[in-house]
Amino acid sequence: MKIQAQVSMVFHLDKCIGCHTCSVACKNIWTDREGAEYMWWNNVETKPGTGYPTQWEDQEQYKGGWEKKSGKLNLKMNGRLGALGNIFFNPRLPSMDDYYEPWTYEYNTLTNAPEGDDQPTARPISMVTGEPIDIQAGPNWDDDLSGSEVYAANDPNLEGMSDEDRRMMFEIERLVFFYLPRICNHCLNAGCAAACPSGAIYKRGEDGIVLVNQDKCRGWRMCVTGCPYKKVYYNWSTGKSEKCILCYPRLETGQAPACFHSCVGRIRYLGVLLYDADRIDEAVAVEDADLVEAQRAIIQDPFDPAVIAAAKANGVPDAMIDAAQKSPVYKFVKEWGLALPLHPEFRTLPMLFYVPPMLPIQALVTEHGVGQAHDESGAAPFFAALEQARLPLRYMARLFSAGNEDEVAAVYRKLIAVRVYRRAQNTTGALDDEARAALDGAGLTAEVAQAIFELTAKPTFDKRFVVPPLAREVNIESMVDPFTHKTEAGFGFRRDAKRGG
Amino acid sequence: MADIVLFVVFPYAAVIVAVVMSVYRYLDQRFTYSSLSSQLLENGMLSWASVAWHYSIVVILLAHLLAALFPGVWAALLGGGARLALIEATGMGLGLIAVLSMALFIWRRLANRRVRAVTSWGDWVLLVALLAQVVMGFIVAFAYRWGGMWYLHTAAPWLESLVRLDPQIAAVTPLPWLVKLHFLGGFVLVALIPFTRLVHIVTIPIAYLWRPYRIVIWNRRRA
Repeated sequence: MKIQAQVSMVFHLDKCIGCHTCSVACKNIWTDREGAEYMWWNNVETKPGTGYPTQWEDQEQYKGGWEKKSGKLNLKMNGRLGALGNIFFNPRLPSMDDYYEPWTYEYNTLTNAPEGDDQPTARPISMVTGEPIDIQAGPNWDDDLSGSEVYAANDPNLEGMSDEDRRMMFEIERLVFFYLPRICNHCLNAGCAAACPSGAIYKRGEDGIVLVNQDKCRGWRMCVTGCPYKKVYYNWSTGKSEKCILCYPRLETGQAPACFHSCVGRIRYLGVLLYDADRIDEAVAVEDADLVEAQRAIIQDPFDPAVIAAAKANGVPDAMIDAAQKSPVYKFVKEWGLALPLHPEFRTLPMLFYVPPMLPIQALVTEHGVGQAHDESGAAPFFAALEQARLPLRYMARLFSAGNEDEVAAVYRKLIAVRVYRRAQNTTGALDDEARAALDGAGLTAEVAQAIFELTAKPTFDKRFVVPPLAREVNIESMVDPFTHKTEAGFGFRRDAKRGG
Repeated sequence: MADIVLFVVFPYAAVIVAVVMSVYRYLDQRFTYSSLSSQLLENGMLSWASVAWHYSIVVILLAHLLAALFPGVWAALLGGGARLALIEATGMGLGLIAVLSMALFIWRRLANRRVRAVTSWGDWVLLVALLAQVVMGFIVAFAYRWGGMWYLHTAAPWLESLVRLDPQIAAVTPLPWLVKLHFLGGFVLVALIPFTRLVHIVTIPIAYLWRPYRIVIWNRRRA
């Protein structure tokens, strides 16, 4: 047992309002630079939809992530030889047009234009060439356009559904859609790191953050292909790959990452998970349907004395174990089983988990009018609605459980039970029969349901973000005396990320 | 005298500059130690130009190197007339591919606005130098037939004498001026390595074949 700590995340999709505040906070801090304008380390997509870059989930096109072939796991881009063989030209690299060509506007002409007959206009200007541009697309071009024949109809997750299913799905999408905020998943079995010919991408041992060493990166761009989530971006100005750094400079000073901190819907949770690094290979080799459970299995109980001892033996500090015990992520992912990884079938073991949204489930019910479902039998009507909602379930299973509908259904049963339980609490103040049946059906106790409600609906800042003390001074003390370092650190000698040939 | 400067002093100077400046750039500007890819900005023309260019030029360069390093092996390889003709024809075909793909590289940088925006002066110098070199090489191969043979009695002994630090230029001075220019062009390119994107030649990531897929780095050595 080799216990390592991973700073992990949960996004509660029921609470996401799709405001893009997270994206903008990230953009302002990290990617508002030449070469990085087109990058959105954090982006928010409308689902069903095609996403950013367009159809990133279609791995037949982009060849990201891992593939299990005759029992052996290999990079879908044909492994090491595939990466080296295509080193002169990467046929699976998205082009800028798959993202979008970034632009700004000629604001100056609004005030500087010479006097004339016409109003001056601020034309769009490409941020690559500096020349006028005919805008074709943007990073969230299909925002709120679920139910669109152009965007939603081309969602790769609809693949394998019959025409009839698709038609029904389309009817649902006209009523309801949901948002999918995405950042780097800081995977345990990262495709980007495995694909890097230079070995420049690594996971930090202390906190599991995946980073690109900019001095080691030689710009071969295989990571962009290797990451199935397309969350590594190539900077065309510096010739280096860049990605979400989980705001580690903020984490190291005890702050939540900018996208978490700024989240208006308070959908984001951050905390430590302890996992068994020795069992990664085992967890990524199981059948598709078992992937979610296998990933949960390698996440270890931070209260288990054996786990604590193993963690200490592997150099995990006490403060990290303490943070793991308070982790909201552990509760959502392991204890309650409410949060699922996005596309586990890519087999990278993503460490960002999603509580799937309720909306599409209830939307099917709204065919009879918006509001609460009424079931003929009368008992546990919400569950009946769930059983009828095979179609959205299938879609959610494609997103969050590698097609295993049981996993998604189990989550929904719990989410529904918590609602039924809370309604009983609010209306009668007691646990009525319906609530009891709902809780039993979902396998929850009233205490757990209450705890889920508390952490979902009214958590404080400190409950949502349990940032472990990633004390820089402790990390550097083996290399330099922290007190000396303190007097030397600061801005120091800095070089522009500029280059010639 | 001019020949001594061109075929003794210049090659040594080029190699020394290449080695010293490559090491210096690695130590001082490691961030820039690669070729600035523009594939993200344009990948249509590049797919034709880059693959064709790299595979053809790598084979051609290896042939030049093999003949210089192991002239015996190369002579045995050429053997009789049929094999010689086959190798010459292959070389000329690859040379033609190199010329055309380099021309496409240049056209791409002129024609595509996005790629032009990331093209530096160093890139233009390099592109022109490379085009000139492959065009000269192709003409030499075409006009002065059986280069695979006479290379063994001209360039090979000259290069070998340079390596032995006992420069002998008698074998190269009587050659036609175009051939001499091609020789010099080779060393111009060597000298350009540390100053241009050519530096990516020395970053071939061969260690990727055996390194582990997962890399974990600890800030602090664990107890």
